[in-house]
Amino acid sequence: MVNVLVCVKRVPDSSSQVVLTPDNQAVDGRHAGFTVSSHEECAIELAVRLAEATGGLATVLTLGPAEATEQLRSALAVGCGAAVHIEADGVAFGPADVAREIAAVVRSHEAEGRGHDLVLLGNDASDTGDFQVGIRLAYALGLPVVNGVSTLEVADGVVSAHVDGPDGPETYSVPTPMVATVLEGGVEPRYPTLKGRIGAKKVELETRSAATQPAGAHRVRLRLPPPAPTTVEILGEGPEAAPSVVDLFEKLGIR
Amino acid sequence: MAEVPGHARVVVIGAGIVGNSLVHHLARLGWRDIVQIDKGPLPNPGGSTGHASNFIFLTDHSREITDLTLDSVAQYKEMGVFTQSGGFEVARTEERMEELRRRMSSARAWGIEAELVSPEFVQEKVPFLDSDQIIGAFWQPGVGVVDSLRAGTIMRERALELGALTTVPNVEVTGLDVEDGRITHVRTDKGDIETKYVVIACGVWSPKIGDMAGVSIPLTPAVHQMISVGPCPQLAEREGEISFPIVRDMDTFCYERQHGADMEVGSYAHRAILMEPEDIPTIDQAKLSPTELPFTSDDFDPQLEQAYELMPDLLGAEGAEIRYAINGLLSLTCDGSPILGESQVKGLWTAAAVWVKEGPGVGRAVAEWMTQGWSEIDLAHSDISRFHGHQKRREHTRLRTTESFIKTYGIIHPAEQYESDRNQRKSPMHESQEKLGAFFYETAGWERPHWYESNAPLLDQYGDAVMPREHDWDSRWWSPIINAEHLRMREAAGVVDLTAFQVFDIEGPGALESVQQTCVAQCDAAVGKVIYTPVLDANGGFRSDLTVMRLGDERFRVVTGGAHGASDQQWFSDHLVGEATLTGRTDEISTIGLWGPRARDILASLTDADVSDEGFPMLTCREITLTAGGGATVLASRISYVGELGWELYVAMDDAAAVWDALLETGVTHGTVPVGIGVYGTTGRIEKGYRAYGFELDAERTIVEAGMQRPRVKAAEFVGRDAYLAQRAETPKAVLCTLTVEDHRSTSGMKRYMLGGEPILTRDGATLTDGHGHHPYVTTAGSAPSLGKHVLLAYLPPEQAEIGTELAVSYMEELYPVVVRSVDATALFDPANERMH
Repeated sequence: MVNVLVCVKRVPDSSSQVVLTPDNQAVDGRHAGFTVSSHEECAIELAVRLAEATGGLATVLTLGPAEATEQLRSALAVGCGAAVHIEADGVAFGPADVAREIAAVVRSHEAEGRGHDLVLLGNDASDTGDFQVGIRLAYALGLPVVNGVSTLEVADGVVSAHVDGPDGPETYSVPTPMVATVLEGGVEPRYPTLKGRIGAKKVELETRSAATQPAGAHRVRLRLPPPAPTTVEILGEGPEAAPSVVDLFEKLGIR
Repeated sequence: MAEVPGHARVVVIGAGIVGNSLVHHLARLGWRDIVQIDKGPLPNPGGSTGHASNFIFLTDHSREITDLTLDSVAQYKEMGVFTQSGGFEVARTEERMEELRRRMSSARAWGIEAELVSPEFVQEKVPFLDSDQIIGAFWQPGVGVVDSLRAGTIMRERALELGALTTVPNVEVTGLDVEDGRITHVRTDKGDIETKYVVIACGVWSPKIGDMAGVSIPLTPAVHQMISVGPCPQLAEREGEISFPIVRDMDTFCYERQHGADMEVGSYAHRAILMEPEDIPTIDQAKLSPTELPFTSDDFDPQLEQAYELMPDLLGAEGAEIRYAINGLLSLTCDGSPILGESQVKGLWTAAAVWVKEGPGVGRAVAEWMTQGWSEIDLAHSDISRFHGHQKRREHTRLRTTESFIKTYGIIHPAEQYESDRNQRKSPMHESQEKLGAFFYETAGWERPHWYESNAPLLDQYGDAVMPREHDWDSRWWSPIINAEHLRMREAAGVVDLTAFQVFDIEGPGALESVQQTCVAQCDAAVGKVIYTPVLDANGGFRSDLTVMRLGDERFRVVTGGAHGASDQQWFSDHLVGEATLTGRTDEISTIGLWGPRARDILASLTDADVSDEGFPMLTCREITLTAGGGATVLASRISYVGELGWELYVAMDDAAAVWDALLETGVTHGTVPVGIGVYGTTGRIEKGYRAYGFELDAERTIVEAGMQRPRVKAAEFVGRDAYLAQRAETPKAVLCTLTVEDHRSTSGMKRYMLGGEPILTRDGATLTDGHGHHPYVTTAGSAPSLGKHVLLAYLPPEQAEIGTELAVSYMEELYPVVVRSVDATALFDPANERMH
């Protein structure tokens, strides 16, 4: 029975043109909507699979404004069984602040006798890309951490975490409790079912306020990179264009 | 980078279902040098067509919308992009079943195959539906789905084959040039196009483009939420896109529509989520498309459970996931109708706020209208010129659509009034009317008393003669006080607030010619004459019927109803000749009606002017000065729409309240009461067989069919004259008749009273068909308290148009016997018009 805590962040969907808010403090999600990053979607999927396989519980956690409960409900709809909402202005909380807040929740759950065997996070958030919370959290909790995990399984209190490393597959055996940050690609996140969605609505959220004020490094501003130059090449028209399309697909590795 | 042509005969902005249909029909009708542009790519530029659920239910309570839908279905079928699936509207409540019975009425009236069926019937065709959740359904076998993108491509290709069309995608309109009230150029980011005609057919973006030419296109982008659940094994085992009927779950405001292995669940149950056209994301900013916005699941969640309740095995099937969910943008208007026709900028047309189910029909009709000045399907309710000033505000559209969104699948009473954005126009006597307990209806933004609670004591006096109605639906938005006011007016007199009249003056050189060529009746009459006249389109269909007063050699005053007054004013403005000018007077002039046997006594006691029959004959007008009411001078017009002696008094707004008070005060001794529009618009009118534009009269009806032809046709030229002459030479294909209901008793024992729109059948319930292939339906229904009868007006096939013919009216799926009482304009009440003298 594995109890997993999976931490997510409400971020603007970034699959279209990125637009900044007028104060340059955040990405504007008005047009594209809000989601969690792909890494976190995979982390949720791994957490749900572990919980399902072992009869355990996947708990989803976020730190953010009231609207962030939307992301908690989405995780509940795909199989998480509990949710923690740390109510706070996510923009003001830097990575060190967020790690400290998650650590406080983990310790508190531990104290209540419902500690987590495993804490999963995304490798990095798709809006700010800080790459810090996982390691800082592990440090704060004094736990081992593996970064960039694609898949993992747990047997007899030992986690086998698989990483697609630059030099080939890597496998780490780490005793629980531990922290892992997940890189997308290892698992295919599921979509919610209708029943899942209906059930998610009925779960009572564990709502907490932030334990501390933000104190760590903070953001000065975001800046958009200059638009990448694009060129349009017309491959042809009608059926005659088919071979060049096939060639292009092969070049891009699509098959 | 592609450039746009520098010149075009017509520029169509938009390549959605409407724009594509337009270019096809314009080309078919002979237009060439058509340039079509769209901001997005082809074949799906990213507008509402691209994410439409693409299913078509046929029956709407509106004849205009239904006819456009039926024409669209015929076009989709011809293009091979229609798949028939059949469709159910299911009822979970008895109230909804009653509404479905009313739908049956409309289906019968518009000639659509339909029937009311049991839950078992539904389950047989839709096995995964839990029939315990419903009590019955309205079944239309002709319902189906279309491929609207493919249809668009086919229609563009047809215009291309004719060599009539250049379509340039990825072009953004940056400006519209107007010179001397006429469109001259379309400016784009790919060059400018010189043109005399432009059609704005770009859906949710239309208001933004209209603003570039100073034209208000009052629609708002609004969210319709939809999710797709699948793959569902029950669906996956069937071939093709759709093999089960579409289900509209009317009481929960949602629908379930199969799409291959997936079930699409769409909702109209959520809060109204509106947007400004300027806030719609660009193609680059949008995740999916500009009109497929991020799904807001909180808004949809309540709907999930209701959908699951109806189809638990399907939507809860193993492996069925919510894989696609959008807040899709579509266009809504303040009155639910499309926005079509030429704007006040000449040559600048609109075709917006149109659903996929009406797209091709609208394309054809607007193309016909642009080509010949009229369309086979009357588009009066969708005419852009219908909007009054207050309706052109974005605020109005926002408030009204917020109110109406939740009624998309609602049960709407034909007389139901909007609650939002009221009190936009108040008559000078509004305060007095409030004290009199007026129940206000709205017309053209004006608050108009429909009846006065102060007249409630009359109910005891008249007893059963007020024809009380027992059934809640029949008596909703109605009061027996209307009939009491009617009886008192016929007995003594009534004072009616007619401030909502649209009034405008046509003056200057060319005024006579302008009026003559617009009106059927002879307007070259003596100064001081009042002329009632039809107004026709070039095809000889009704544009309006109204009154013209000749106030001087070169000065005419036109008075018409408020509801379509803006369109009428635009029509006259478009037909001015020479140096004639048109000046709106609506906001300067209030109109008060005074009618009844004591009307002359009352007016005589308020003026020294001669108001005798000889001194002030029928159909004349003149200014008289009142001795009371502040001594105001009013233009009095001896005319009647209720069949009684009396006058319309045209009063300056500032004087109107005092005149109103004086009439009521003086009238008291004569038994006079204030009388609402319930009498003026219905009971008084139909006892006299008077026709009303928008009810009996529309562009698909002729003077001859309406029984309104005069012995002679004036020699002067007027719009529609040739067509009218031809109509006079033919046997009419339908005849407007007045009928009475002979027995109101339903099988439940309760008396029922029709409200209008019901089909007229033979006594044993068989369908009747007129020479146009149309089926007769009730154009107006109402009490005729002086006759003690409920009266219906309907166009009947000529063979049934004989006095005494026994027929039936179908109301809520029960037959009631009716008898034809008049086959021309002869009134049932006072046929010799003796009371008007």
